[in-house]
Amino acid sequence: MSRNAQNDHLTRLEQTSIHVFREAFANFRSVCMPWSMGKDSNVLIWLARKAFCGKIPFPLLHIDTTYEFPEMYEFREKAKVIHGIDLIVRVNEDAIRRGIGYATHDPVTVTHELKTVPFKAAIDEFKWDALVTGIRRDEDPTRAKERWFSPRSAEGAWDYKDQPPEFWGQFASSAPEGGHVRVQPLLEWTELDIWEYIRRENIPNPTLYFSRNGKRFRSLGCHPITHPVDSPASNIDEIIEELKLTKTSERAGRAQDHVGRNSMQELRAKGFM
Amino acid sequence: MSTQSLSQPVSTPPTTAEDHRKMHVVVVGHVDHGKSTFVGRLLHDTDSLPNGKMEQVRKNCAIEGMEFEYAFLLDALIEEQEQNITIDTTRIFFRTKQRAYAIIDAPGHKEFLKNMVTGAASASAALLLIDAKEGVMDQSRRHAFLLSLLGVKQLVVLVNKMDLVDHSEATYQQIVKEYSEFLRTLGLKAVHFIPIAAKHGENVVERAAKMPWWKGPTVTEALDAFSHEDDLTGLPLRLPVSDIYRFDHRRIIAGRVEAGAIRPGDELIFQPGGRRSTVRTFEDWPGPESRQVAGTGDSASVTLSEQIFVERGQVASHPSDQPRVGREFRARIFWLGKEPLVPNKTYRLRLLTQNVDAVIAKIVKVTDASTLESKEADSVPRDSICEVIVRATRNIAFDLHHECPITGRFALEEGGRIHGGGIILDAVTKSEAPSGKVTASERGARAGHPPAVVWFTGLSGSGKSTIAEAVERRLFDAGRNVIRVDGDDLRVSLNRDLGFSAADRAESVRRASAVAGLFAGTGHITLVTLIAPLAADRAKARAALANHTFIEVFVDAPLAVCESRDVKGLYAKARRGEIAEFTGISSPYEAPEAPEVHIKTDQTSQEEAVDLVLGAIDKLIQGKGEDWEV
Repeated sequence: MSRNAQNDHLTRLEQTSIHVFREAFANFRSVCMPWSMGKDSNVLIWLARKAFCGKIPFPLLHIDTTYEFPEMYEFREKAKVIHGIDLIVRVNEDAIRRGIGYATHDPVTVTHELKTVPFKAAIDEFKWDALVTGIRRDEDPTRAKERWFSPRSAEGAWDYKDQPPEFWGQFASSAPEGGHVRVQPLLEWTELDIWEYIRRENIPNPTLYFSRNGKRFRSLGCHPITHPVDSPASNIDEIIEELKLTKTSERAGRAQDHVGRNSMQELRAKGFM
Repeated sequence: MSTQSLSQPVSTPPTTAEDHRKMHVVVVGHVDHGKSTFVGRLLHDTDSLPNGKMEQVRKNCAIEGMEFEYAFLLDALIEEQEQNITIDTTRIFFRTKQRAYAIIDAPGHKEFLKNMVTGAASASAALLLIDAKEGVMDQSRRHAFLLSLLGVKQLVVLVNKMDLVDHSEATYQQIVKEYSEFLRTLGLKAVHFIPIAAKHGENVVERAAKMPWWKGPTVTEALDAFSHEDDLTGLPLRLPVSDIYRFDHRRIIAGRVEAGAIRPGDELIFQPGGRRSTVRTFEDWPGPESRQVAGTGDSASVTLSEQIFVERGQVASHPSDQPRVGREFRARIFWLGKEPLVPNKTYRLRLLTQNVDAVIAKIVKVTDASTLESKEADSVPRDSICEVIVRATRNIAFDLHHECPITGRFALEEGGRIHGGGIILDAVTKSEAPSGKVTASERGARAGHPPAVVWFTGLSGSGKSTIAEAVERRLFDAGRNVIRVDGDDLRVSLNRDLGFSAADRAESVRRASAVAGLFAGTGHITLVTLIAPLAADRAKARAALANHTFIEVFVDAPLAVCESRDVKGLYAKARRGEIAEFTGISSPYEAPEAPEVHIKTDQTSQEEAVDLVLGAIDKLIQGKGEDWEV
């Protein structure tokens, strides 16, 4: 495969994502983009800047579980300046006071308390009607059913059995009463596309993705439940070569996915990303 | 553990001949004709399953006491396994030596047609399964009809379960004959009819030893021979406006090139409206250099040489090859709404970024998608296909589907949800002759800007008229339609019969808002200067003018200042008791709580005040999806 063909492919993905961003911004009153600081999230920032000619015209939201890797906090401050981000940070102080944490609670409970609860509170506070997320269809089977624009009820629930049809570039144009619409510009991207695009565009990312002492993080979450995978890939080129050959799933290192047979679906039905 | 990804792109290292673009394929066919089994087998035979997936599913089957089936590989959600039907458009990736594919496992269950539409609309190719034993069934035909409507042209029919008919060539030929004839009536032609037995992997990836008579390709060979079906070269430029950005000093027209190509220096015409300008630059980030051409599928960020009125929904094209402009057309549509489609009810018509109210003026005929028989009907039930006349409430830009597919198709929406879609067969030209009421947006389009009502309230002598006159001058000189409705003028004409009592003041506000509404209805930016001291009266005016952009300007001057100016000598008269109930002296003034513009005359120069008002007009009109510069 030539570099050109690959660039065509990435450009097509990029241009479609830009279109999704622009349609969201044109259709909704108040847009926000949650930011995990992970690779997909950083690609989203890049695409948003392309869509809006350099400036992101809406705020970003970081739900800080207080369990981020120290390097992520450094990255956050750096990226804020590089991209000129209007950043809102929220922590569930109440849950932390109640002693909710990985030392004492199971990952599903902690994820719910420290991510989903403050996330919903922020939505209530700012009344956003569109949230841009970095969900990709290839990440997890439950995500394969997502739409570009996915309406959520006031409770954040996802009625995946009765989704609006989506065709010919026409998306859901309004949020349900009291609810919001998830806008998902990366839906068609794969993990490999993400890294090839990061390489092409030279997009800043945390260095935790690169191998140290034979291990690297493939997906980033809270440090107590995010485990590195065995990998010698210490730069983007090596990650790309590795991904072309791998057959294990990207989120294999994310413990909250693996607690029950169906934990991901449970989390998502409650409003998790 | 059900979390391992089924849909991850995996396996064979890319070869030099590989086409990196993923091809979208939709799999359709009658319920139980073997779609899920086929897809499961395809994933298995192309080595596209994640490690351990087969073992995991086999294990789960053993636990639940069921025989293993390839179909279970797809049933990623527990719920689906329980119901034994696929509930939504699932995308699954696989890869041949030639290229990567995304399969959309479109379900065959009737009530889930909208998911199939969602899947098929983005597919370049379709695989349609027919059970060799059961033969052509209702949904075999229905799905082909939808494919023809959605524009999927590359079709391969898979005659499945050949093992159940002893791999009989005669049975196969019978189905080929019957179904080819049906496809012909739809204007469709299958590229191949491939005999397969998905359960055993026969003719899926590997050739079947049991069907030596079959000399054609296997399924993957047939897929690899397909081309990406979105070659739109040679079509005229169609750039629907998505938005107008003014985040900094630049005014950028944003949109996606849906057909053709655009270059700096191109002359553009924006329809409906017909205003022209020239592409000055592309504003690509991160720069410093921008592209020299934006082709089909590219998002464009364009600045124009001449600033003209542009709004979301308009379609930019080259003047030599424009879309049609009109309100009425004949269309073939599919209807997926729970409620039947009925004439004379208002729906939202969405065509590219255009979004207008429309009614079904007439249901021409409803077609049975299975038998292709047509009949007249008063309404169109769910999951039907019909031909209708669509009448929009204002002009839209469109093409006929056979001329330019992407601008020749549209969606119908109700209550914020898409319930149907269609392709445009013909323009109904009589609508282009003047008919029906002239709408506000038609007037706006002629004026080149939308109307608004700007209501200046404040004490007598606060400077309302002075500011309004200056605003009027600026707008007029900029070529805008603008008019002033002055309270003092009304008092000697229309309101001659009214005094200063609370009831008379309310009536004078009512009359002024009626006059303002008439002017705004003609497309004017209407500047009203009226004290309107009571909040309740002003609220009524705002409600009466709800159809227009309403901007309340509070000209806030201290009473002492107004009284010291006393240009008309009214304060002196009031102090002498010659005017009863004079606002500020013997009658209250309720200051607006949340005016769009608040001018504190003791802190703001008149020039600044005028700029504030012009800025608000600009911003609020832009907020309605319009764009123009004052």
